[in-house]
Amino acid sequence: MRPEVIMGAGAALALCVATIIAPWATVMLTIALAVGLTVLGIVILLRAGQISFGHGLYYAAGAYTVAFLVNARLSLDTLVLIPLGGFVAMVIAIAFGFFAVRYRDIFFAMINLAISMVAFSLLEKLYHLTGGGDGMNVARPTLGGVRLGRVAFETWMFYTTLAVAAVSAFLVARYLASPLGKALEAIKSNETRLEYLGVSGNSALHIAYAVSAALAGMSGAIIAIVTGHVAPEFAYWVRSGEFVFISILGGSGNVVGAFAGSIVFEVIRNYAAAFAASYWQTILGLSLIAIIMFAPDGLTQLRLRRKVRP
Amino acid sequence: MFLQTVLLATLDGLSYGAQVFLVAVGLSLIFGVLRIVNVAHGSFYAIGAYVAASFGLLLAASGLSPWLSYPAMALSAVLVGVLLGGLLEVTLLRRIYGKEQVLQLLVTFAVFMIFEDLQKAIWGVSPYFVNTPLSLLGTVNILGINYSLYQLVVVPAFAVVVLLTLRYVLRSTRIGRIVTAVTDDREAAAAMGVDAAKVYLLTFMIGASLAAFGGALASGSTSLVPGMGSGMIILSFAVAATAGLGRIEGAAVAALMIGLGRSIAVYTAPEFDVLVPYLIMFVVLLIKPQGLFSVPQTRKV
Repeated sequence: MRPEVIMGAGAALALCVATIIAPWATVMLTIALAVGLTVLGIVILLRAGQISFGHGLYYAAGAYTVAFLVNARLSLDTLVLIPLGGFVAMVIAIAFGFFAVRYRDIFFAMINLAISMVAFSLLEKLYHLTGGGDGMNVARPTLGGVRLGRVAFETWMFYTTLAVAAVSAFLVARYLASPLGKALEAIKSNETRLEYLGVSGNSALHIAYAVSAALAGMSGAIIAIVTGHVAPEFAYWVRSGEFVFISILGGSGNVVGAFAGSIVFEVIRNYAAAFAASYWQTILGLSLIAIIMFAPDGLTQLRLRRKVRP
Repeated sequence: MFLQTVLLATLDGLSYGAQVFLVAVGLSLIFGVLRIVNVAHGSFYAIGAYVAASFGLLLAASGLSPWLSYPAMALSAVLVGVLLGGLLEVTLLRRIYGKEQVLQLLVTFAVFMIFEDLQKAIWGVSPYFVNTPLSLLGTVNILGINYSLYQLVVVPAFAVVVLLTLRYVLRSTRIGRIVTAVTDDREAAAAMGVDAAKVYLLTFMIGASLAAFGGALASGSTSLVPGMGSGMIILSFAVAATAGLGRIEGAAVAALMIGLGRSIAVYTAPEFDVLVPYLIMFVVLLIKPQGLFSVPQTRKV
């Protein structure tokens, strides 16, 4: 636990310094941290050996919640909108979870994929409600009760996101270390034995599923506020695949990996978009295969692993 | 009028279901033997369609008989399945059979992403439409509806031929018995002298060819756009899961159910046509979690 806290604090400090030295990177880092929240949710499920190819649904749920609330002119504050996005996503996940957590492995992955594709096509087709394929614009809300200019808003959104990420990472680390979190590891290694101990695998996974959806919802809410736009693509299954990709990139061993992975991913994507836009997916695919073949525990575990086995 | 709508929906559903069946049965076959859900399966469908369309254009340019576009379809399916599918199995899949299911899923997802770029690099992003096979056969009039003979007869006929052939081969021939044995217990089969690696390769090639063939048939009646593979993989998974993964005949029934359900939705509630396949899958899995035609499995402690 302690080295993780030091690592996390050091990384957070480094990020703050980075935005002061290079202000142009602020939005990019904010987005990376926000996406890292969804990835953190995926990491929780990975502990149980499950992947969801449909977390784009919860990401989109958070984002569209913000878009609807802002467009309804309720003049809610950013600090209210972010948790609301997470809350709505969590409610959906609890409801759908009654169905989804009965399945494991491939079925779990693909059922999530199917439900997110249902959401994707509904978002696209219900034009009068959701703005269809064009999505919706999100006007800049107040932050902490203050209406800020663009640059100040971006800076303070960065610190807000960093705070949300730090608190979430801390809580998730505590959750994973608790008996409830340990039950997830047991689902991965041998669920039947877990159930012989009197613990319901389905319930443990259901809780993990709701928590991971809440994280994804907050992440989508932040993205909607920072980029000022939501679109059905948020729920598209390739987007969900990217989240899974990032979690494998960062490694599921610790909570810092989720954010490290998403920062690496976001930086590479920014450069790849400039230099090799049409080969972006090839780059992703090849690196995914390389990681699975050569560094199955993710980037953050490379160094740690060497330390364990000298 | 009502009768005509019903008939039209039925015919559409039949033709669409037949196409989906070809792709889904390949996915199901591969899963049955290799125990891998091949996310790149949709790419084989799309690439098969593009290769067939390219052959069609080539035939038109060279002035040969347009009837050759039918053998060209089969040829492109086999080419894609054997070359591309074979390459994928030998270079990549062979290395991941022992790994976790989740990682296998991710590897094929990575391959899917690479194939998406590959398609755009080779065939560009503008739609292709080669309707030689469609226009060759013309239309037929049923109860006052003009329906294309290609979609009414050719596509379902091919699906039936594939279904019967697979059934016959798996049940009654030596190679089919071997495949069934490997599916059941790879180690026991290997101990009896079966070359399991070869069976895996062969199965994967056949499965990929079936997807490519589904694509080739689709190229005769629909326009080809980037991203067509990504929709198909999800749909064919829905079919395979509804039937129970690895069930061949079940896939035919599920494909028909989903095809008909979808086309009924197209005529009655067009906003929701995309939802119907998933709704059918959800309902079936709610009642039978392993699919309609699944066989019960014992739990291992």
